[in-house]
Amino acid sequence: MKSKITLVIAMCLMLIAPNAFSATVKLGFVTTLSTPAAVIGNDMRDAVELALEHIGHKMGSVDVEVVYGDDEFNPQKGKQATERLVTQDKVDIVFGYIWSHVLLASATTVLDAGKILISANAGPSQLAGKGCHENFFNISWQNDQTPMAMGEVLNQRGVNSLYVIAPLYAAGKNMVAGVKRTYTGEIVGEDMTKWPDQIDWAAELSKVKAANPDGVFVFYPGKHGPAFIKQFQQSGLSGQVDLYTVFTVDSISLPRFQQAEMSGVLGSTMTQFWAPDLDNAANKKFVDAFKAKYGKYPSFYAAQSYDAVMYIKSAVEAVGGDMSNVDGLRAALENADFDSLRGEFSMGPNHFPIQNFYSREVVEDSDGVWTTSVRETVLEMHQDVYAGECSM
Amino acid sequence: MEWALLIEQTLNGIQFGMLLFLLAAGLTLTFGIMDLVNLAHGSMYMLGAFVGATIFLWSGSFILAILLAVPLVAGIGILVEISTLRTLYQRHHLDQVLATFGLILFFNELVQVVWPLDGLSVPFPDYLNFTVPLLLGIEYSVYRLMIIGAGIVVAIGMYILVAKTRLGMLIRAGAADRTMIYALGTNIRLLFTLVFGLGTALGALAGILMAPILGANSGMGEQIIIIAFVVIVIGGIGSVRGSLIAALITGLIDTLGRSFLDVLLAFFIPVNAAEAAAPAISSMLIYIFMTCVLFFKPQGLFGSQTR
Repeated sequence: MKSKITLVIAMCLMLIAPNAFSATVKLGFVTTLSTPAAVIGNDMRDAVELALEHIGHKMGSVDVEVVYGDDEFNPQKGKQATERLVTQDKVDIVFGYIWSHVLLASATTVLDAGKILISANAGPSQLAGKGCHENFFNISWQNDQTPMAMGEVLNQRGVNSLYVIAPLYAAGKNMVAGVKRTYTGEIVGEDMTKWPDQIDWAAELSKVKAANPDGVFVFYPGKHGPAFIKQFQQSGLSGQVDLYTVFTVDSISLPRFQQAEMSGVLGSTMTQFWAPDLDNAANKKFVDAFKAKYGKYPSFYAAQSYDAVMYIKSAVEAVGGDMSNVDGLRAALENADFDSLRGEFSMGPNHFPIQNFYSREVVEDSDGVWTTSVRETVLEMHQDVYAGECSM
Repeated sequence: MEWALLIEQTLNGIQFGMLLFLLAAGLTLTFGIMDLVNLAHGSMYMLGAFVGATIFLWSGSFILAILLAVPLVAGIGILVEISTLRTLYQRHHLDQVLATFGLILFFNELVQVVWPLDGLSVPFPDYLNFTVPLLLGIEYSVYRLMIIGAGIVVAIGMYILVAKTRLGMLIRAGAADRTMIYALGTNIRLLFTLVFGLGTALGALAGILMAPILGANSGMGEQIIIIAFVVIVIGGIGSVRGSLIAALITGLIDTLGRSFLDVLLAFFIPVNAAEAAAPAISSMLIYIFMTCVLFFKPQGLFGSQTR
């Protein structure tokens, strides 16, 4: 009898629990926390934890809690993790997402529930153009923009012929489309490889050799990047053909390159909206704190995740912690009034940032650690090309 | 089409085929003789890569890495066989799939615990890290040539073992009719353990050889094991010769398809459509080929008729 009463009390407690803790903002963060791609997800989680530490786990006067979901580098699993966050954990805002195909599979789950979704990395064209949504925001970039900046760099350097290699999935297609938008030379070959299965590029590299272009443009995020560059160097192409990459060489892969003494990557150029040495107060604080806490440079994934927390904080404070005020949150997110690590930017009408893109180069810092350093502004306050297709 | 590119891609195809052969030979033996569906064969390939890479990074000798890691991983394989798989031989194939899938998850997590999360990056051995000029101005990686060579050596060794030795006779008899050799008084347990150890050793060798090219990563086995299963189905389950020929055909179809399908398709459909369709179709080619083989020869190219 006694145990039955306890049970009834416990059940009553569970019923009233959500109301009892309504002074907490609950955020869901979806990223990759298993499989080898978890090195990216861990970097992002580290940055979120650092951001929470910096704001004292508070947004305005309310406590903030982040629940992590693991997409297992798989669109289906990502959708399931998102569903758990929305229906089971009842989070107020869902953010994160490394992979465009995972985000595309998960987006409707959040948006149909009337909640706000913020991408901290993936920027697929579908969500920037016709499929844009009033409750979807992107705080990183649209996929096409970074390769568009790279196309400009290629033009400036007089690269007359280009071979393009990228994986066959949502982001890979955007990257290839992006570089083609701005690059004015001749594209002598293009290969789209099976993602993420294909990790041996012998056939593609042989084709590059036969085509003999001035440069090769490559997009391989995560562990695929170092594997590709190693095979590129081993094939005898390095020294003959210049390699230009986006999202392939980053603070996660650079220590690996350094360990393997692959000095070929030093001096290589990529384009990005951010760099660890970008000169502004917020960025300096973030990079120094990240290095002090985790003993390594933050990746752009980490920077975006940190930015996303600050971005959400600005909106939560604007509505005074009332997370049921979705209209108010949306208006604040459209304003994007916070000190971003990238410096000045504004939120476009399709909820994608309008911002600068820089060329950056792999260098050795004063401690002998390989990192990336910003060189020049390639695209100034650039808006993605899909914004015009969006009507909300 | 340039001849030089065609020859180079053929070499790439043969190299991929040799890798598939090393994996498929072990798989076809365990499936054909022991009637065991061993999904965890890919885990042995992964373990081979990790153990081999660790020994190589520690000692600096690639040959020592092969000599130590192959028996080490074969030993692990035999332990797994004795502790787990032995109880499954009489069970339904689906039970075996479930158990060996569990082993995949176990080993994937294990390597993430023991080694760094993003795996190991393995350098090429210095004495193999260059390209040699072949005919028509082709510069080809010595390392990839070495893999082809290793495949040929293993193929010859397997031929001698299967065709000329008493163990090979039992293996062939086991593939043809398992119950009969049991009835004739062969120590079937020992035979099974030996065959399993041999298969694991070949898988581990494949893993070490590929580690400098692909690195060692958790989950690397699953990407390749599906294709290895396609190979043994095409070649005929239980036939080592079949797995060699099927592996080479599969490697060539996959590589040449990835290289030239867009050019071929462009003869029939507009260039833009051909370039868009080629990547999707080329990743299906080996499965289409398998379907065709099964349609005309349900036992596979060299499958035993008695099964």
